[in-house]
Amino acid sequence: MDYIDPHIHMVSRTTDDYATLARMGCVAMSEPAFWAGFDRGSADGFRDYFRQLTEVEPKRAAQFGIQHFTWLCINAKEAENVSLSRDVIAMIPEFIHCKNVLGIGEIGLNKNTKNEATVFLEHLDLAVKFEQQILIHTPHLEDKYQGTRMILDMLCDDSRIDRTRVLVDHVEEHTVDEVLGRGFWAGMTLYPVTKCTPARAVDMIERFGGEKLLANSAGDWGPSKPTAVPDLIFEMRRRGHPESLIRKVVYENPIEFFSQSPNFSFTPRDNGFNPAS
Amino acid sequence: MHTASQILENEFLEVRAKLLEVAATLDRVDRSAAESAPLDAGAQSSRDRIDAAIQILLDEGSGRAERLQRFFSREYEKDWRREMEI
Ligand SMILES: [Zn+2]
Repeated sequence: MDYIDPHIHMVSRTTDDYATLARMGCVAMSEPAFWAGFDRGSADGFRDYFRQLTEVEPKRAAQFGIQHFTWLCINAKEAENVSLSRDVIAMIPEFIHCKNVLGIGEIGLNKNTKNEATVFLEHLDLAVKFEQQILIHTPHLEDKYQGTRMILDMLCDDSRIDRTRVLVDHVEEHTVDEVLGRGFWAGMTLYPVTKCTPARAVDMIERFGGEKLLANSAGDWGPSKPTAVPDLIFEMRRRGHPESLIRKVVYENPIEFFSQSPNFSFTPRDNGFNPAS
Repeated sequence: MHTASQILENEFLEVRAKLLEVAATLDRVDRSAAESAPLDAGAQSSRDRIDAAIQILLDEGSGRAERLQRFFSREYEKDWRREMEI
């Protein structure tokens, strides 16, 4: 089955991973800007990273017939440094019109601090100013519930934000209801140890019906599995869910959400998309 | 869709294995405590939370996963924006 991974960090994956994903049916992916595993020393470090996201990765992906889209920001972890964050936010407009950029992300909270919240709000201003979609990172483990509620407060207190153009990622059993209930899209991240297994993700689909729900691997440089979305597809089949519901979650929902961005020029495979064209 | 009985049959060995992992881990902790030093305050608090979590699994009613998640979460304060002055 053709599928789209809406949240995966390919800068930290090998070319072999692209090949494997293509063989598994991945036809498109979106890559939010995130933490590199170390704190970068200057805004120029981010400028190079944004060139990688907008120039290099689309070419690597195209070699395997995968269409690559991206999101720009300074992530929540490095947002603790407010002055660096302001430099990066001021530089983002240089890249915002690159043809694979879908919006601002993944912005959010990490340890739910005042500095993180300050930088989050300044990213919201940027997104509103440039009419960008938003992709949100919610914290992990014991910080997730509090951080998700804080993020939803900031989004809902801002009347300029169109909730249908915001995707809140890494939802779990205790946050998914609130995110969907307030009119946002929700992403489930399939990840060993700190996040959600395919089985628990399918439980959430069964509870909420697949409307406005996405599933992603968030594959990055840490322990993660880039082929986690096919695992979810397999788990749904094993439980006897109809192909139409599976296709909705892993293919049609990402297309519906991303299509709100003018840069989402996706060509379905059966409409003649050729690898490396 | 599978029936409740089918789901339980399908998952039984998996659940059994996960329970054994928990049991063996708790045994390992006890064995080490007996041979070396008892748990310090921080570790004892984690140990107590595991007991409380197991109690949640024994409760009647659904939403166990959600209740476990909430149990392992920091509290959310409604007026955080005023407190952080943001
Ligand atoms: Zn991410």
